[in-house]
Amino acid sequence: MSDAIAPTPPARAVSLHATDARTRRRNAAEKRFKAYGLTAIGIGLAFLAALLFAIVSNGSAAFTQTFVEVPITLDAEEIAAAESSIVKTSKYREIIHGALLEQLADAGIETDMDAAELGKILSSSEAAEMRDFALANPERMGETVRFDFLASSRVDGYLKGRVTRDALARDQNLDAAHLDLVDRLAEQGIVVKRFNWDFILGADASDQRPEQAGIGVAMLGSFFMMLVVLALALPIGVAASIYLEEFAPKNRITDFIEVNISNLAAVPSIVFGILGLAVFIQFAGLPQSAPLVGGLVLTLMTLPTIIISTRAALAAVPPSIRAAALGVGASKMQSVFHHVLPLAMPGILTGTIIGLAQALGETAPLLLIGMVGFIASNYPDGVVSGFTDPNSAMPAQIYEWAKRADPAFYERAWGGIIILLLFLMTMNFIAILLRRRFERRW
Amino acid sequence: MDDLRRTEALLSQQQTKISARNVQVWYGDTHAIKDVSVEIADKTTTAFIGPSGCGKSTFLRCINRMNDTIPAARIEGDIEIDGEDIYDRRVDPVRLRAKVGMVFQKPNPFPKSIYDNVAYGPRIHGLARGRAELDAIVEKALRRAALWNEVKDRLTAPGTGLSGGQQQRLCIARAVATEPEVLLMDEPCSALDPIATAQVEELIDELRQNYSVVIVTHSMQQAARVSQKTAFFHLGHLVEFGDTATIFTNPEDSRTESYISGRIG
Repeated sequence: MSDAIAPTPPARAVSLHATDARTRRRNAAEKRFKAYGLTAIGIGLAFLAALLFAIVSNGSAAFTQTFVEVPITLDAEEIAAAESSIVKTSKYREIIHGALLEQLADAGIETDMDAAELGKILSSSEAAEMRDFALANPERMGETVRFDFLASSRVDGYLKGRVTRDALARDQNLDAAHLDLVDRLAEQGIVVKRFNWDFILGADASDQRPEQAGIGVAMLGSFFMMLVVLALALPIGVAASIYLEEFAPKNRITDFIEVNISNLAAVPSIVFGILGLAVFIQFAGLPQSAPLVGGLVLTLMTLPTIIISTRAALAAVPPSIRAAALGVGASKMQSVFHHVLPLAMPGILTGTIIGLAQALGETAPLLLIGMVGFIASNYPDGVVSGFTDPNSAMPAQIYEWAKRADPAFYERAWGGIIILLLFLMTMNFIAILLRRRFERRW
Repeated sequence: MDDLRRTEALLSQQQTKISARNVQVWYGDTHAIKDVSVEIADKTTTAFIGPSGCGKSTFLRCINRMNDTIPAARIEGDIEIDGEDIYDRRVDPVRLRAKVGMVFQKPNPFPKSIYDNVAYGPRIHGLARGRAELDAIVEKALRRAALWNEVKDRLTAPGTGLSGGQQQRLCIARAVATEPEVLLMDEPCSALDPIATAQVEELIDELRQNYSVVIVTHSMQQAARVSQKTAFFHLGHLVEFGDTATIFTNPEDSRTESYISGRIG
């Protein structure tokens, strides 16, 4: 008190304009810290840019595909003969190769190749394609139909710059002569590169026909799995979180449950896969390779994520809101459902979508329930078969392509990653929209 | 019985509304309220004063059983409202809290519209049949809280967008909308500026005509201004309880005198 009454003047007046060493050190430390932060962000952005560049540059080629346009006159007798032979496709193949040779002659391109040799520039799927068309459209017999046959993956790779003449030196399928021909066909507009809807919509194809492989069916598999995850993980997770956060007494049992939920979030996903194999397939007898089982496994994996984020969102709601609701005579449940839950909704939705995104990208648990591998699947017949028929999932399909020998599949693996990332971006966009929608309610 | 009570209430303004006998409260091992007995009259403002941590808020929260929501809290003794034990097993705390409204220290409107804030209580208790009746209840509550003229043109605006004083009056409107008989106020003006405080104090004096108002306050001037009865709490004990005028001018206990004159607390 006496100090305030009679302040002693400082021994030596220090000018505010003079900087002392201590201040300088402090300011330097602050600048250094800011520089660290900027460096960290810069490195992160550089990695992201490198990643995106790699994905786009490698994967964009998968979205275009080379086709060979061949006009074929559908002859009823020829087709009847082909249908009555033992190996039907070989007859169709002969028709197609003959038509291609004729087209070359019409276009004034000279070649000494025979029809079968020439046919190597086409995908081996061409015969089935023509047969399907001929059987489906008997009314068009006698007409000349222009078929767009897939070019073989070598031809496709050549036009995309992946396959070179040197690389073909040891190739048994094509040689440099084929490529010369392809160059001239491309000039004439007979060999064309077009946007490849079949890659986005189609099904996987066998090792010999990378040009035919598409991710569409695997996409449906992922979609049905996500439906299962959403329908199970969201209600179960949110209900469990609300109970634990708002209603459960704080005792050893709930502590034990909480610790276990946190630990479950860190359990490797392959463990969930083997659990799913043991419980859902071997014990419960659910079908193998089915999106239903995949969805159940991913639900188990996603639950901890959803519960943890939902609890955090609930805990972030100010207690004064609960007190206000209780104070006007709301029951515990009314206070939670009328006031706490709507306020926690943005956080819950974000957590759920992060959980779903995680599940969408998960491959390891699918290994064990048979959803990875060449699943010669077609489109499911309906909703039920969508859940129960063997299928793959997008990341599993990408993994499958990445490990196949033909480099043409490698390009498709990158293309599949682009589609997977587009899916994730769409989901994140939905999450942002939903957050906006709920946050507008103050 | 009800009619009889109403007649009695008319006969005597000083009829007891809340009667507490030998109330003890523990938070875990902490003995927060020690043997408090008090009779709170109807249509009167009773102020609880005392230094921080003396238990006045705790005791207030016993009256509408808000302490039930704290798992560690343990309460002994009797608290009766209109002669009925509120800690009886048959009492549903939800119905009790509709009868005993509460206003909190910090204004805590729901993040909803002004209308929905006030209408929430009547809605969950089913007090209104139809929109018109609900509109009438909301208007009445806002008028009682002296807020109607300020907000009648923007009932759909968010309650959180009002000023601090308006928010607190909105909370008072929300509390009176369920037609409570007792209004508990836990330091309702501590987050408000002097002008808003004056408005709320004026409002408290009007509310006293209809309710038994119990207010916890740190401001002795406020206690002196708004209350007819004052209770002084110290370290969990109810030290002194009596007419406000007596407590402030001629306290019996030396601790009360020390607190009022600013020597402790």
